[in-house]
Amino acid sequence: MHTLEIKDLYVSLTESPEKSIVKGLNLTIKAGEVHAVMGPNGTGKSTFSKAIAGHPDYVITSGDVRLDGESILEMEPDERARAGIFLAFQYPSEVPGVSIANFLRAAQQARLAEGEELDATAYYKKLYSKMDMLKIDRKFTSRSVNEGFSGGEKKRCEILQMAMLEPTIALMDETDSGLDIDALQVVAAGVNQLRGPNLGVLLITHYQRLLNYIVPDFVHVMYDGRIVKSGDKSLALELEAKGYEWVKQELAAAKA
Amino acid sequence: MKPPTDTDTLPPAATDSVVENPTVGIDQSAGNFSYNVDYEFDAGTGLNEKTVEYISSVKKEAPWILEFRKKALKTFESMPLPTHWATKDLENIDFNKIRYYLSQGQKPKRTWDEVPDDIKKTFERLGIPEQERKFLAGVEAQFDSEAAYSNIKDIVSKQGVIFCNSTEALREHPEIFRKWFGKVIPTSDNKFSALNSAVFSGGSFIYVPPGVKVSQPLQAYFRINAENFGQFERTLIICDEGSEVTYMEGCTAPKFSTSTLHSAVVELVALKGAKIQYITVQNWASNVYNLVTKRGLAMEDAEIKWIDCNLGSRLTMKYPGVVLKGRRARGEVISIALANDGQHQDTGAKMIHAADETTSTIISKSISVGQGRSTYRGVVHIPKHLKGCKNNTECDALLINSNSRTDTYPAITVRGDKHATQHEASVSKVNEEMIFYMQQRGLTEGQAMSLAVNGFINDLARQFPMEYSVELKRLIDLEMEGSVG
Repeated sequence: MHTLEIKDLYVSLTESPEKSIVKGLNLTIKAGEVHAVMGPNGTGKSTFSKAIAGHPDYVITSGDVRLDGESILEMEPDERARAGIFLAFQYPSEVPGVSIANFLRAAQQARLAEGEELDATAYYKKLYSKMDMLKIDRKFTSRSVNEGFSGGEKKRCEILQMAMLEPTIALMDETDSGLDIDALQVVAAGVNQLRGPNLGVLLITHYQRLLNYIVPDFVHVMYDGRIVKSGDKSLALELEAKGYEWVKQELAAAKA
Repeated sequence: MKPPTDTDTLPPAATDSVVENPTVGIDQSAGNFSYNVDYEFDAGTGLNEKTVEYISSVKKEAPWILEFRKKALKTFESMPLPTHWATKDLENIDFNKIRYYLSQGQKPKRTWDEVPDDIKKTFERLGIPEQERKFLAGVEAQFDSEAAYSNIKDIVSKQGVIFCNSTEALREHPEIFRKWFGKVIPTSDNKFSALNSAVFSGGSFIYVPPGVKVSQPLQAYFRINAENFGQFERTLIICDEGSEVTYMEGCTAPKFSTSTLHSAVVELVALKGAKIQYITVQNWASNVYNLVTKRGLAMEDAEIKWIDCNLGSRLTMKYPGVVLKGRRARGEVISIALANDGQHQDTGAKMIHAADETTSTIISKSISVGQGRSTYRGVVHIPKHLKGCKNNTECDALLINSNSRTDTYPAITVRGDKHATQHEASVSKVNEEMIFYMQQRGLTEGQAMSLAVNGFINDLARQFPMEYSVELKRLIDLEMEGSVG
């Protein structure tokens, strides 16, 4: 079974490595599980997901991240991706002039051994079946990646890529941001389709709203660079009712 | 240097030592290709009247052509290098050390085993057919194209189309070609057109009779011989009234070059209502100066479109132009240039409006990789007495590395008040966030860069014929491989 273990992780901005944003984060995600990480702005939620994916703006100063027991810290971002880590971006980049179909084809090709050619027929068959599953119009894939997309289209494009690339661990960074309720439902339906015994999901979100549609197995509260509270889905509801102030007060009380 | 006496006796080589690297003269260290080669015809190094006489005699030319060459030589000698606007790198060309005419005859001069492995590898990765690889590597003097492609020539000749090399055309059809030869691009247009006029050999001459639409593109690629890969080829295409033709030259395989100077002249004439599309994809070895003059003359309702893609070379200077001579004539230039380390692509377009209601379009995209430099130069000229002229110019530059360079020199002169012109230019740097995004999907940094560059030129690459756009994509992948890290 695939497992992502994050051990005592410290992350800083590459340009100011002395100042930690993530400060000793521990989390284990197993395939088949959906974990939600919640927390107020600026607590390091996005930072830690990007650092795991290998974003050059961030540097891991201490701790370890292991995929199936192997540290990924020495791996390039593309190696991490090919090893099975997928990051659904909060703000996906535009790739002008490159169609979604060609982009995904290149990504699939990159997963083959040197000299091996992607079977184009099989690829399109798979692409169309995933699109049908996600109820995405076929014309969609001839558009340039994210170029001129609405917020909902961008997120749907991320879900389609996730479906095609079949990661073992998906980190979903604020997938709900900028979505109206209809788009949110569509995206959530997509994630639910992809849920299964071979995929571990980490949902980073601000609001409980998304968790009405994607019901998590575990909920973690992140504050000041650490996970300070973990529980099941009821924790999300409690947070919704009491607000993050409640967590802060509990923390302060524990320290005192 | 003796002129040939009859058709069976071939003239001796102009120099006594035949085995010598023909590419001496300019820094060879950067070049991908250089071998020792035996040539049957060799005008020797340096340029003087005797060189010109030698070339003319080998080709058994009519006296008027020899006179034309001699006059051009004087013009060449009298003109300065255009370094008051162009790069000073031109001063590094040593005209005395260049061979102006070389011909291998028909015999293969080296074996496939002698071809360096990296070149073989490049051919393989570009998917060049075996037979063509051998020619491109210089293993075979003549590409065995007759069996596969001679039917193209047969088909078009049934329509009355003349399609042959410049030597043959000037000998067999002077009544057709002499009228326009050197008229669109006069000898004195620039120093390098003068040079070409003095020493030209090879190139295609095409005449399409009135109303004939040539359905398949005519390709230099498929009828290549030693001369077509020459340094100073001369091409003239005449489309008579209402006729249409597409011509493609070059190929994306790195070209084995016997010389470090390539200076071609290409003239197009589109008579009333005719359409010419001229497509070039070239990838020169990185030691080559590629200084080419290309211009078309478009008469009433005629259309000339240049699609030009430049890769490789040390310095390319090329500004395809259209003189819009007749009412409602249309001109278009689509240009893609990629400059890698040590390369300077100085390209652009010229649109000279000379009649009412003429329209022109220029779309240029350049990519600078590493320390590569790309320069766009454009001239759009619309004089005061005309009315209803339109021009649209777009030029976009993409910089891959932080030390890459691009410059833009647009010169748009519009007089009078009944014209419409539009100019858009952009410079962008490859976005790191975008590269990370692509890497996160599993592409290596190099693959991500390639894809970004291919995306940048995608709308233009689509205008190339299928096989060219596929090769272009592969070639960009190869160029981008060393650009990161």
